[in-house]
Amino acid sequence: MKKFLTALQLVITLLMVLFLVVPVLMSMLAGVTDNYAHGWRSGLTLRWVQQVWELYHGAIGLSILIALATLAITLVVGVPAGYALSRSRNRLARWLEGLMVLPVAIPGLASALALLVMYGSLTAFRTSAWFIVVGHVIFTLPFMVRSVTAICLGCDLKTLEEGAASLGATFWQRFTTVVLPNIRPGILAGALTVVTLSIGEFNLTWMLHTPTTQTLPVGLADAYASMRLEIGSAYTLIFFVMIVPLLTVLQSVSKPTGQQRGQRTNRMKQDQTA
Amino acid sequence: MKLDAIDITLQGCAKHYPNGHRALQPTDLSIGAGETLVLLGPSGCGKTTMLRLIAGLESPDAGGRILFGSDDVTRRSIEHRQVGMVFQNYALFPNMSVRQNIAYGLRIRKAPAAEIKRSVDELLALTRLTDFADRSIAQLSGGQRQRVALARALAPQPRVLLLDEPLTALDTQLREHVRGEMDRLLRQLGVTTVYVTHDQAEAMALGDRIVVMSAGRIEQIGAPREIYHRPANLAVARFIGTISQIDGDWTEQGLLCRGGLLPAPAGTPPLRQFWLRPEDAIVVPPELAHLRGTVAQAVFLGERTRLSIAGLSNEPVTVDITGRFAPVVGDAIGIQIRPEAWQANLTYAEAA
Repeated sequence: MKKFLTALQLVITLLMVLFLVVPVLMSMLAGVTDNYAHGWRSGLTLRWVQQVWELYHGAIGLSILIALATLAITLVVGVPAGYALSRSRNRLARWLEGLMVLPVAIPGLASALALLVMYGSLTAFRTSAWFIVVGHVIFTLPFMVRSVTAICLGCDLKTLEEGAASLGATFWQRFTTVVLPNIRPGILAGALTVVTLSIGEFNLTWMLHTPTTQTLPVGLADAYASMRLEIGSAYTLIFFVMIVPLLTVLQSVSKPTGQQRGQRTNRMKQDQTA
Repeated sequence: MKLDAIDITLQGCAKHYPNGHRALQPTDLSIGAGETLVLLGPSGCGKTTMLRLIAGLESPDAGGRILFGSDDVTRRSIEHRQVGMVFQNYALFPNMSVRQNIAYGLRIRKAPAAEIKRSVDELLALTRLTDFADRSIAQLSGGQRQRVALARALAPQPRVLLLDEPLTALDTQLREHVRGEMDRLLRQLGVTTVYVTHDQAEAMALGDRIVVMSAGRIEQIGAPREIYHRPANLAVARFIGTISQIDGDWTEQGLLCRGGLLPAPAGTPPLRQFWLRPEDAIVVPPELAHLRGTVAQAVFLGERTRLSIAGLSNEPVTVDITGRFAPVVGDAIGIQIRPEAWQANLTYAEAA
């Protein structure tokens, strides 16, 4: 009976996975099919992928630049903010935390509209990629802050800092030698979430973009809407090739195992002896 | 290794928090150079607040002063006080090895590499951690972590060593062993030490003097024997060790209670109850005893047997006996009181 239930569970899980994965695989397959109307028997080709690259490599490059800029800003703002929030657990801190998550809860279109109303008349800013970066920062910042706050509380940073202070370390010495190394996994997990979200963000970006500031997902929508199905599918393929490795890394660093922790300390030892 | 000893003075140090909670009443305290002073009391009595004031992790309310020798450190934060602190959970840096943890204080002071190495090696040997120098903290046992925490606190040659329940995280067997080691180490170092604990056995074993605290106040300061045998009041007596109450009526000869007449020394003022430590009773055959009762409970603890005796007073009275005598529940039993036990009772009567 138990065996049967396990088997049933496995079958249901597999069916669910197939249900979700097959359309994605079909889409990617369509991207390398010569003529989708005639099925993959018409032959496989990289023509569509090449076309997509020629048409949209600007969007792909821009997406990466925007993601990196977003990451830089969320690191500079989010890490100190997350650390500060973990230190003060009063009402104001909780209120700020809630306020910060608001842009995640409300539709991206609404945040984008607000940005347009506010800064739409500043033409130079509005037409630059920085306008999109600002939108992405608003959307991704809470993920960085939360990740950092959680790890600060999780590793009892307050006591570690008191320990360092008792040994004569000033605030900056504590921050660089104790705080940062111990919250590194949280920063890393936050950073990968930010990059992944930024590269995939569509809602807000679609509202904020101009013809010269088209990102990867916006280009994808454009390709779906105005090109052959094969081109749209080839686009999906490129998107996957970019995002899957990121997701894999994200998965492995956000759940550090004991072994990885050991490796980390070893690495640090090498850093310090070097 | 030998450290310089300085004396510490607290003058009118009080602490209250913004929420109105008064953790420490205005307190004066002098700690002798090289002394091991134990702050003892139940949780919430203010002992940890006092330690954190000395450390510089908290600052006293206006008017309080803290002096290290003649150096007023009241306005100085912890990183400039040159104290060594061992935390209850040790607060070891998980991102560093044992050696790096111990070296941290010297590295922060930018000591020369050769000096750091020499000093850390000495401390590793002193705390018998040489073989574990390159381990990460996660790979250590509780006792080893405790030793790393102590070595780390000692490395920068602190002016005072502050220990916040350093043995609480260890299991009972290990605790007694580490306590012995710590006693040896503290005496060898000669550094002024303030030690916070809620464990009276720990306090007696390690303290040159014990400060008994409750509700943010100092109840008594004294050597362990003094605290135990001459407690300032009943609250202290109750907190240090076990004590039983024998109620009765006062007569010319002594205290007349349910179990018989407890004769009092001449000149004893009238009392309505007698407080008894378990070891101040001697078990004798009932027909020869002043007080008679029956065994309500007998717990064999190895080196002694703890008896709970009914029929002496309203509540059962706790008495310890040593040796191989093995009374069972229901046995008739007689006790005599050691004459020294009267002395403490006079103090309680005076304090009341």
